[in-house]
Formats: sequence, structure tokens, C-alpha cells
Amino acid sequence: MAFALTPEREQQVDEILTRYPERRAALLPVLWLCQRQNGWISPEVAEYVSKRLELSTAVIKGVVTFYTMFFDEPVGENVVWVCRTLSCDLRGGKAIQDHLEKKLGCAAGHTSADGKFTLLKAECLAACGQAPMVQINDYYYENLNVQQLDRILDAHAAKGGEAAAAEFSSCASFGAPRGSNGGAVTSAPPPPTKEAVRVASRPPPDSTGDES
Amino acid sequence: MSKPLLTSRYGVEESWKLANAERAGAYEVARQALTARKPAELREEVKKANLRGRGGAGFPAGVKWGFLNPEEGERIYLVINADESEPGTFKDRSIMDLDPHRLVEGAIISCFAIDAHVAYIYVRGELAFSVNRLEEAIAEARQAGYLGERPFGIDHPIDVHVHAGAGAYICGEETALLNSLEGRRGEPRLKPPFPAVKGAFGMPTIVNNVETIASVPDIIEMGGDAWSALGRLPGDGGVRIYGVSGHVNNPGLFEAPVGITMRELIDDYAGGVLDGRPLKAVIPGGSSTPVLDPQRKVDAPNEDHPLHKWHGQSEIDVPMGVDTYRALGTMLGTCCAIVMDDTVNMVEACRNLMRFYKHESCGQCTPCREGTGWLVDVLDGLCNGRGKPEDVDLLVDISNNMMGNTICAFADGTAMPMLGMVQKFRQEFMDAAVHGLPDDVRHDASVRSSVEGVA
Ligand SMILES: Cc1cc2nc3c(=O)[nH]c(=O)nc-3n(C[C@H](O)[C@H](O)[C@H](O)COP(=O)(O)O)c2cc1C
Ligand code: SF4
Ligand code: FES
Repeated sequence: MAFALTPEREQQVDEILTRYPERRAALLPVLWLCQRQNGWISPEVAEYVSKRLELSTAVIKGVVTFYTMFFDEPVGENVVWVCRTLSCDLRGGKAIQDHLEKKLGCAAGHTSADGKFTLLKAECLAACGQAPMVQINDYYYENLNVQQLDRILDAHAAKGGEAAAAEFSSCASFGAPRGSNGGAVTSAPPPPTKEAVRVASRPPPDSTGDES
Repeated sequence: MSKPLLTSRYGVEESWKLANAERAGAYEVARQALTARKPAELREEVKKANLRGRGGAGFPAGVKWGFLNPEEGERIYLVINADESEPGTFKDRSIMDLDPHRLVEGAIISCFAIDAHVAYIYVRGELAFSVNRLEEAIAEARQAGYLGERPFGIDHPIDVHVHAGAGAYICGEETALLNSLEGRRGEPRLKPPFPAVKGAFGMPTIVNNVETIASVPDIIEMGGDAWSALGRLPGDGGVRIYGVSGHVNNPGLFEAPVGITMRELIDDYAGGVLDGRPLKAVIPGGSSTPVLDPQRKVDAPNEDHPLHKWHGQSEIDVPMGVDTYRALGTMLGTCCAIVMDDTVNMVEACRNLMRFYKHESCGQCTPCREGTGWLVDVLDGLCNGRGKPEDVDLLVDISNNMMGNTICAFADGTAMPMLGMVQKFRQEFMDAAVHGLPDDVRHDASVRSSVEGVA
């Protein structure tokens, strides 16, 4: 079946085209709009983009395959990226991946049997100071331990990704809850006490029930 | 300690909203700069500020801006590099999430100063949250009349657009980024021509890092000389955002003057090595910067040596600056350090990073594509007990053959840290070649129980 964007997204494409002096430059943003709607860049999506931006499907395929975030095959309802680059690994990235594999019942690179989660290994996601961390769909979850991870996955199963993100995801490089500032940047050296360990290396207090 | 500049609004309630940011001073400098100052004056202040690029290479921003020399009819673009993908680096994200208006204000002033009318902020695709924050901030600034046809009422249209990437470290390299912006595969271009001559859409383009552009409002407000003097080193001015990850008690971001030492950063800012363990090694500014060994002493007996003042002191006691670190045989890079305690095996740590480079090489150049794969194969062999002592020199040979032979600096950024690892921790590589590594070797021994929740 031919692919079509929703009228709302079509309008967004028109607006995106005004940002650039060349039509082709809209390719990445338009692919993003399509993938957000369709879940992956199917041949039908490529066909649509090809017509809309006046590019050959070969060009589109070349671009899609270059970038890790564009999927050229279907993925699970949610995509979980677990960061395994050095800063995360120093803080337990492997333990987080092991736990995810156990919990989801699939190895990295695969999708859980119920189709709900695809688990992928990620390279550094620019959250190194809040390691270990995972990204689920569009959101970051930082300063993790396995209990916290369980709560996040359970919330996903019970209430869906957006609700889970509203409750648990973090922003702003501090592992702070999304609506707050965290405030971990400081120009005054913090006292190097054991207290600092507590504050910084654990999940933010209002997103974790206990401190075990 | 002086009051924060770059991060001064991070603590403001809902700092990302225009009204709150403005109450804390946002856009005052832009208004003044656009309505009362001349572009050439602004460029002069940035030059005097000794603002070294915050994206990794440390090139002076004022000098780069001076390379612009557009021909008749050419339009200039400003492109802001928010690809932030260098392992260990997580500073630019904080600016976008917690003070997006500082970046937009910096973009407005910079566009005016270099005679650009459009700025693109290229944000790595994973940072969907930051993309939204920036788009909201831009919409607010447009609504307020700070962007658009007549920003602050002057006749110099300026617009800022966000362009999301889609996952590829190499898109942080400026010419790969330009290809990606234009809707192409993110493969680096041969230089010359340099972007200042032929960049985005074939036009003269300035590519600067997020933190570089976010520093511009403070520079214009204080004056270049005064801002430069905040730093502790000659030719390397101002304050910057330092990051610390890995085995420290208080990982995070810290604003401080240019020129503090790595020891200060780790002990005074980041709370010291986790649980007071010994510091084994630190990667100073992202994974492409060669490792520092705190046991090593600076060897600069000659009085003319730029590091003579620190002769005999530990490597981590040299002030952190673009030039001092180059003299030390490493690089300041992004100024985000990865700290490793004595439980870390350096061969395994090295393998982790080299896997990253193998995954991220764009594959255009044979020495890079083949070299990164080969390094991983050799390191796998060493880790799995299939290695030979000759393999250690093989790592050196492969690295040497990767350097200087490629389209972009990625290959050097792989080979240099690889060489640094072997040079400084050779014995560990030799041990691995003879004995392999224990099956259960991992990096997180010191935190594992807290992550897994078993006491
Ligand atoms: C492989 C590679 C990756 C890079 N990644 C980034 C990056 O993520 N962010 C960045 O600002 N600069 C990155 N750079 C540096 C840019 O090419 C460019 O020098 C920089 O954006 C210029 O800005 P600055 O002068 O303000 O630092 C990278 C360079 C290379 C070779
Ligand atoms: S050096 Fe590596 S990353 Fe850079 S262009 Fe060549 S193959 Fe691509
Ligand atoms: S290493 Fe995981 S976010 Fe940087």
C-alpha cells in the first residue's frame, strides 16, 4: 500500500522545505517524520520520500543505511538502546545490558518475543556523567541501577512509553527529572565527602522509591 | 571562586523558557550588540578573547571567523556543531537543555558579526529532547522579534534552524556534518576547500561548537580582553565547561577557568576517585585524546620547553589548556575527562574504545577502514589469550600507518590514543599477550554491587 504522511505532517514537510536553499536538504528531517509515523523506513516510505523530494530511491537507500537510527526493517514497538562505551562500562553498562537481556528474553540486536522491545547496543550517547544509562525511543534514563530499570520497564508495560518517560526519563545532562534543573553544574568545587557519592551516583530521589 | 558565567542560568527555575531566561539577563547583550555596535567590532572582541574552539581541535574562533572572504553574491552560513558524540563528552547537551536561549543569543550575535543570515544547529539525532528544547526556544525568540526579518528592529534578517542527525559519530567532523545537513551520507569531504571558503550549499560557512557560540554573549558583554583574562593561560581565554565521568565520587559538569589542572578537576571538583581508590589513568578530553598516567612525570629539563615550569611533576599537574596539553603529547579535546581507578585493565579499556572506532569509521579511506578493524582483531586476540608479544608492536605499526593518510582526522583520532595506551601501559599489553585476560575481566568492578543491587 502506498505510504502517506498525515495532513499535519505534510504541512510540517512544507515548512521544513522553507528552511533550506536546496530541496534535498530536507531529506533527514522528512525521513524522521516518516519513521516517527511508520516505525521504520519501508520501501513504501522510500517511494513516498522519493516523489516528495525528487530524489531517486537509490539515493534514499544510501542515506538510510548510513545512519544507525534509521531502520530499514521493522523493529519492536519500543527500541531500547543500551550504552556500552567506556564511561558507561566503567559504571556498570554491562550489568545493565545483562539485566535487559534477561528481562526481555532476547540478546542485544533482537526483539522480545511479544514484539514490544527491540534491544540494541549504542555507542556513547552524551550522558557519560550520568552512567550507566539507556535510551528508550526518544528518551534518556540515567544514573541507572537494575531496580530502577525494572521500574522503568514495568511502567512501559503498564502505562506505555510516554507515561513512563514522563515519570522516569531525565534531561539536561544531570540525570535530573525532566521538569527540573538538577543543578549539578557548579563553579564552586563541591566538598569531596562521602555525601557527594550519595547524591551523584544514585538515581534522583523522586524517581526512585528506595535507596537499596 | 568567581560566579558562574556560561552556566549561570542552569539553576533558574524553568530556565529554558524565554521569560525566565530574560529575567536572568538573556538577550540583553544581543540587543545591545545588534542595535549599537558594528560587526567588525564584535569580531575584534572575539579575537581578543582568545576563545579556543570547544569542539575538540581548539582552533581560535576569532581567527577562523577572519578566514571569511566571500565573493560577490555569496551568502555566509553559520553552522553550530551539536553532534556531541566523542566518547566521554556530555557538556553541550547541558547548554541545549538548560539554557537554550544562551545558544540562540550567541547565534544571533555571531550571525550579525560574520554577516550571516541563517544559522543551522546540527544536533545528533539521539538528543530528541534537546532538539525540542531548542525548537521551542527559537520559536519564542522569533515571536519576541529577536529572530526574523528585523531582529531587535535592525535591517539584518536572522533565522536559526535545528537540523537533527540520525546516529553517526563521524557527522561531528565538520565536512561530514555539512554533507549530512545537505541530505547526504555523512562522509567527510577532502579539504581544501575549507568550509570558510566553500561550506554549506557551496557557500562560505563557519562551523563552531555549541559551547564556542554560547560563550559569545559573555565575551561581548565583558569585552574580549577581560573575558580572556578569566583563563589562567596565555592565548587560551575564558571559562569552560569541564566534564568528569567514570570512577569519581561526583561525576558531572563543572564550570571553571581555562587552566585548572586535572588533579584539581578530579579531586576538588569531582570529589576524588571513587571510594578513595588509587587513580590509574585518565583520558583527558574525549576518547581521541591520548591517556594520561598520573605516575608519569613531565620531562622538560630544557628551559625553552613550554612545560619546563612543570618539569618533574606528574602529568596531571599541568594546567589544562589547548597548547599545554599539546606540548604534553596529548590533546585537551572536549575537556571531558574519563577517570579510571586501579581495577581497570587498560587492554580491555582500549578494546572498548577501538570497537567504537571500528563501528564509526565511515569507510572511505582504506587505512582507516582496515586499520580500525585490524586493531580490534589484534586486541580481541590479546584479550582472549590468543595474542603474541609481537602483537603489541603490531598495534603500534597499524596505528602509525593510519596517521596522516586519510581524508579526515578520525584516523589520527584513533591512532593517537592507541599509541598512547601502548606507550604508557606497555607492560599490561605484554602481560595480556602472554597470559590473556581473566574471563571475568570487566571495567565496573568498583561499582558493580551498587548497580546490581546486591550488597
Ligand atoms: C571524527 C571527528 C568528530 C568530531 N566530532 C565533533 C563533535 O561532535 N562536536 C564538535 O563540536 N566538533 C567535533 N569535531 C570537530 C569539528 O570538526 C570542528 O572542528 C568543530 O566543530 C569546530 O568548532 P570549534 O572550532 O568551535 O571547536 C569532530 C572532529 C572529528 C575529526
Ligand atoms: S579517515 Fe576514516 S572516518 Fe575519516 S573519511 Fe577516512 S574512512 Fe572516513
Ligand atoms: S559512554 Fe555512555 S553516554 Fe557516554
